[in-house]
Formats: sequence, C-alpha cells, structure tokens
Amino acid sequence: MGERVTISPVTRLNGFWRIDVQIENGVVRDAWSSGIFFRGFELILEGREPRDAIYLTERICGICSSAHGMASSRALEDACGVEAPRNGVLMRSLIFAADMLQNHIRHFYLLAVPDFVEGPDMPPFLPRYNVDFRLSKNATERIMANYLESLKLTREFLEMQANLGGKAPHTHGILAGGAPVAPDADKIRYSLSVVDRARRFIMEKYIPDVYAIGEAYPDYYKIGRGHGNFLAYDQFPQAQPDGGPVHKGGVMIDGRVEGLDLETITEHVKFSWFSPEDGPRKPGVGSTHPDVRKVEAYSWVKAPRYNGRAVETGPLAAQWIARGYRRGISVMDRHVARALMTKEVAELMREWLLSLEPGKPVFESYDIPAEAEGVGTVDAFRGGLGHWVRIEGQRIARYQIVTPSAWNCSPRDDSGQRGAVEEALAGTPVENPRAPVEVGRVIRSFDPCLACAAHVIRDDGSSEDIRVS
Amino acid sequence: MLTRREFIKLCIAGIAAMSLSDLIIPELARAFQTPGGRPMVIWLEAMTCAGDFMSFLNALRPDLQELLFKTIDLRYSNTLMTGEGRVAITELESIAGRRRGEYILIVEGTVPTMDGGTYGLIGHHPDGRPFTHLEAVRLLGGGARHLISAGTCASFGGPYAANPNPSGSKPVSAVLERRLVRERLVNVPGCPIHPDWLVGTLSHLLLYGIPDMDEHRRPRLFYGSLIHDRCPRRQHFDDGEFAAQPGDKECLYTIGCKGPVTFADCPVRKWNSGHMNWPVGANTPCIGCVSPGFPDRTSPFFAHLPDIHIPGVKRTADKIGTAVGVAAAAGIGAHAVASAITGRLSKNLMEGTEGKPAAISGAARAAVPQKPPGGAGGAGDASADAPGSSPGPGPGHAPGRVPRGIRGILRRLLARVRIKRGETRR
Repeated sequence: MGERVTISPVTRLNGFWRIDVQIENGVVRDAWSSGIFFRGFELILEGREPRDAIYLTERICGICSSAHGMASSRALEDACGVEAPRNGVLMRSLIFAADMLQNHIRHFYLLAVPDFVEGPDMPPFLPRYNVDFRLSKNATERIMANYLESLKLTREFLEMQANLGGKAPHTHGILAGGAPVAPDADKIRYSLSVVDRARRFIMEKYIPDVYAIGEAYPDYYKIGRGHGNFLAYDQFPQAQPDGGPVHKGGVMIDGRVEGLDLETITEHVKFSWFSPEDGPRKPGVGSTHPDVRKVEAYSWVKAPRYNGRAVETGPLAAQWIARGYRRGISVMDRHVARALMTKEVAELMREWLLSLEPGKPVFESYDIPAEAEGVGTVDAFRGGLGHWVRIEGQRIARYQIVTPSAWNCSPRDDSGQRGAVEEALAGTPVENPRAPVEVGRVIRSFDPCLACAAHVIRDDGSSEDIRVS
Repeated sequence: MLTRREFIKLCIAGIAAMSLSDLIIPELARAFQTPGGRPMVIWLEAMTCAGDFMSFLNALRPDLQELLFKTIDLRYSNTLMTGEGRVAITELESIAGRRRGEYILIVEGTVPTMDGGTYGLIGHHPDGRPFTHLEAVRLLGGGARHLISAGTCASFGGPYAANPNPSGSKPVSAVLERRLVRERLVNVPGCPIHPDWLVGTLSHLLLYGIPDMDEHRRPRLFYGSLIHDRCPRRQHFDDGEFAAQPGDKECLYTIGCKGPVTFADCPVRKWNSGHMNWPVGANTPCIGCVSPGFPDRTSPFFAHLPDIHIPGVKRTADKIGTAVGVAAAAGIGAHAVASAITGRLSKNLMEGTEGKPAAISGAARAAVPQKPPGGAGGAGDASADAPGSSPGPGPGHAPGRVPRGIRGILRRLLARVRIKRGETRR
C-alpha cells in the first residue's frame, strides 16, 4: 500500500503550498499539489479603473511584480488600441529583465541551493534534513560565499529597477502606453555597470555553480521529467527593432513544436475550491467564486490546460521551444536552462541599453474606451503569464489571470490528468520518507510561486481523506 | 551608543545619500554584543505577496551577513528557511511554547478570517490539522516581546482586504487582544515596507523601547510629515503647474498624486538600497500605499480625488489648477516658505517624537490607540489618511535639507562605519 507523506508548508517559495506524495518501495507513485490560501484578486479588481490593475496586480507577487505589470499593461494596450513608443518599450523591458535576473539568481541561491548544499549550522539554515549532501567542503564553501554575493548583486538589480521606475518591488515604471521615465546618459551608464557586473557573476559563479551541483548529483538529470509538454509565450514582446518579440512563443506537445493558439486555453475547476461551471472555461469568460465545501477539491489553484493537455512552462520550456535546447527534461535541466536564460537576458539588456535614444518619447497617451476586451501575455520568470481584461462603462467588468505557477502547480483537471509538478514527482526515489529531501528538489526546480497562482487556496482539513484514483 | 535623541535625529534626517541601515546596524550589533546575544526574530508571513520581505532584503548593505547572521537571529521565514513541512512547524511551535517573551514577531500580510481563517494557512500541524494564519498570529503574538506589523497589509489590510474583501482579511491589530495591541504593536506600513522604516523601528524597539506613534500606531520617526510638504515638486504645485500625463515633470496632483494626504518620508528617504528614486521621481503619482485607506480610498491611482482634503485648502480638488485654486495653493506656498525659513519643520518633527518615556506603558498611553479601519472601504471620507485630524507637523521644508546637529552625529558615525560609496552611488 505504501506510505503517504505530507509536506506543509513547502518553504523557500512565495506563498503557501502543500505537497502530498504516495511512496511505495522507496519511489513516489502519485502526488497531489495543493495551494493553501485564497485572496480572490479577480474579484477585487472588478469595478475598478482599468489603469489601476497594473499597480494592483503587481501586488499579487512581491518577487515577480514587474511581470504582472507587463502583462497587465499589455492587456490594457490591447483593449485600448494603443502602442507604446520604442523607447518606452525598451525602458519597461529593462525593468522587467532586471527583475528576471534578480528572480533567477535569487531562486537558485536562496531557494534551491539549500536542498543540495549544506549551509552553516545556524538559522535560517537550521533546522533542516541532514541527508544526502554530496558536495566537497571546498565546493560547499565556495557556493555559500556566492550565496551571500548573490544577495548583494540582486539588490543592485532592484536598485536599477528603482532608478528606471521609482522603486522595487512594485515598480511604478511599467505603464500601458510605455514608461514614465525617459532614458538619459546617467541612467544608461549606471544600468550598464550593473549589467556588466551581473554578466561576470553569471559567467564566473552562477553557471559554474549550477554545473557543479549537477556533477555531484548526476541522477537529477534523470529525475523529475513530467509530461514533457511545454508552453512559452512570446519573450520580451515588442523588444526587437521591428516591434516583434525576442523569441516567438509556442507549445511542444508530444515532441512537436507548434505556434500558440490562445483560444484553446481553458481552466478546469473540478478539483479546485471554486463553484463548478458548465465544464472548463476560457480565461476570458471564466469566473472565480470560492466554494469551500466542495469535497473532491484539494487546491485553491485552478487547472489551466492547453488544448486539453497539461503543460509545463518556465525557462526550460522556453529553451526547448525557442532556442532548440535538447539536453533533456529533468530537475537539473531546469536549473541549467534558467542559468542559460540569465546569460542571454544580460546580453539583451546590454543591447537595449545601447539602443535607447535619449530625447525620444517614452509614453503614448490614450483614452479608456467605454467597452473593450484585451489580452496581455508575457513569458515571465516562471513561464507563461496571461492577463485577460474586459472593460464595460470604462471600468473593469472582468479580469482573469493565468499564471505560470497555475500551469505548473495545478491540481488534476476535469479528466483526472495530473498537473505538471504532480506528474514530475511520479517516479522520484525517496530514501527516507521522514526526510523527503528529494521531493523538495523536484518541486523547487520549477521555481514555484504559489502567491502567483493567484486564485488560490484554502484547506479545511478534510483533504486528509481525499484520495484521487 | 547613540543617545535616543541622536538616533531620532538620524532617522528623521532621511539623508538620501546613504542608507539608514548602514548607520544603525553597527549600533545594533554593538548593543547585542552582550551575554543575551542576538535578538530572536520570527518573520511570519500571513496572506502576503512576500514583497515586504523582499524589500527588507534590500536593506542589507554593506553586507547581508551583518544583519541576518550577526545582528538578528532569524528563526522562521517561509521564504528563506531551509526547514520545511513538519520540521519548520515544529520549530515554530517550540519557540512559541518555550521562548515566550524572548522573541520579536514581525508579521507581514493580512489575516484572512473567512470561514474561521481557513482561507489562509501557514501549513499543517504535525497531526494533520490545518494551521491558519489567524491561529499563528494569535499564538505567536501572545508571547512576543515586540510586535511589528510590517507593510500595509499587516498594518491596515491593504490590497487583499480591498472591497469586496473575498477572504475576509483583517489587519493584525484587528485579530489580537486589545491589550496586546495597546501595549506592544507598532504598525510600519508601506507597500512594500521601506527597509529603513523596518530596521529603524526594530532598532528603536530594541534600544529605547516603543517609539512615539501617531493615531494609526505608526512611528512618527518615519510617518511624521506629509509627502506633499517635502516634495521636490512642491514649487510646481504652488505655482499651479500640473502634469497632463505620467512622465511629465510638473506636479502630479491632477493625475492622481496622493502626496497631499499621505504621511511618509519618501521624498527625502527614497527607495532601494542606493536610495535611488521614488514614485514621484519616476514621474508617476504617489498612490498613498502607506495609508490606512490603501487602496480603496487612494484609488483611482491616476485620477485626483474629488474631495481630497489638504490642510489649509478648503476647496475641492476640481478647483485646483484653475485660477481660484492656484490662489489657494499659493496660500499654502507662502505658509510653507515661512515655515522653511524658521526651520520649523525639523523642530516640529523632533517635538513630535520626543519627550516620551521609553517604557511600554508610558509610550502606549501617549499614543491614542484607535482601531484601524478594516480596509474594506465604505468610509465616506475621501481623504486617505485623515490629515486634518493628525497631530503631525506643519508644512514647509526645503527638500533634502539636513537639519542642524545631524552633521556632527554623522561625522562621528561615518568615522566608524565603512561605507563603500563608490560601489552603490554613481
């Protein structure tokens, strides 16, 4: 029969998350991913001024606030039919990219590294599971020194965001219509110096550290595969000189890469604490009404599906779809893909900074139409993020958000198909169910952010009895 | 060690060229080189975006080690700690059980109360029962030596408690016993919190006891003056020059700036570790994120409030910018100039924060405890922060001016603190 192990809370991520795994003969047979808090952001947004959504949705997540700012701005631009001037696109892309580097580097060192590397014997590194630390004393010391240096460096990214957008987190520098801050020589020179320091850190510390951990834990190039289906939205939309994205988005289903069709995205709520609808709905017409009495539900996260399929999103998906990465699909591949992404983004930022044109406009004004609909998608730090807005009477009539962590950390859908993390956990060996460090390694490779899986979460205790066959 | 008066001066100065943390952290470290050791801190995330913790991490210059590893003893943090699941919860419960009266509780986020608090869990008890935010705040709040609500959510409710408040979220003060709130709680709002506000408040608590607070239990050290009064664009307001859209360099009042009703020192302190910039500096309106009414009573963010109350201006906002409004605004301007000349602002700020005994009971008596609004809106008053009723200082201050006396303190401190200016200021 095996043993059921609960990890609640899963720490070192944003938000509150519970993972249940069924372990048989030392291997995970099945898993349940459960978001355990609910805020109802969509309900809070209804009836508000559409422009407020940019700053309000940033407050969904203090770690990736600029990603929501980007998606919300793009949704509003789509609805209002306005296009930001190129200078403005670059300014807000720079804020977004600085946040991306900060996110990836902080994720690796602060959140993921403690699963593989033994920290010093003091809080916050204690208490911990004291099992399976394989790195040499030297490598451990080197990586812990980089842990501290990463904090210093990532603070500089936030300073750069503040320089370009007022403050961080929760920047004021991303708006529908462009950006409020114009570039000048000082800002460009300052940002370049931050980016150059970052490039050195990424090349000399971050990427080597990822590979060093991969060398010590080669089995993690095989663990945590999942469905093998990927989704990525357009990356850095509008940032190319011709107004196109840096990389086209797409999906990879059963090994075939195709273009995206947003119309096939649906959200399932059979196993989520929301009022049942007449079948899965598209985000543009979906609703978000909590129903805590729903017995078979076990999460506050909805289950988004692409053409009925559960997909993984994030840097690894982007690397496979847009850049031809073919090394594999596993825990370590996710970390490697994330590190490669930071290197590429740092190069891009350099290009953008040098192509800014001081003196040219950064903002295009617009009026809020009486009635309109818009979609804004962006490939955020943890993967594909989409905002759907409907405006009526110049106010928000409906707002739906489908986050990367909803794709990755979703519960089962209406047909019983597991979410990406649930699937990736299946087959993971667990040495000691009392100290299931392996489970944490798999799930943190997704860089989960449960606060971002915005709809989310409640638990009334009854989930102890839930068994999904 | 700094005297309390010196400390307060330092906090109020808000010198943009350097981080308050840089100056205070070494003082703290010195204060805790005692047998008692580093103060134990529990950072409890309730319903939050973790933005306050992220912002707190930005404080740590020149060195994270300085604060996290040498100054405080951070025992619980959902975002940072290595332990998870049962290991983490057991640690938390053991501190609550055995270390009563020893730890400092910092709560970030609002507390969902819907359905008995089950809309928000910090995890599960080892026996499988859900462990709600509500239960955790009450359990740990009762035994805390000091209690800080970090950020606007914990202080006043913030965005998650905004109308229609689907999770029934409340600020920390609304779920704790009144006695506890009255004696121990300090609200340090901000969305996110400014690291200086937190480090400064924490330092004051540890070194001198409860700081002097306003009626919303905010330390006057940081929330003692209106943004409007220290805004570098004040002259534009007084001259009736207003921005037409974000990005413009004039006064942002007519496109929604809540500076005239928001009490914070952003204009002089500025944001992030290099004290880089602030929303108005980025040509966007202040959205009043430190106010009890944020966001319901400070939105729409990009539209000025119809009947905003500015001290000294008995007119509605619609008239500001017209000839009549400009005349009224000029009136404030003249007053402000006069205050600045007499140096009244810094004097007022000092008076607003001193003369209270450090003992908890005395300070608590001095501050009028008031139940903060639930944040669910509904109040008829359009002002975000009820400035008319605030005992805050009068307007008028030349932005960036360093009050006299600070220079000496700074020189003394700077001789001791190694500040790598070249590294972060360009």
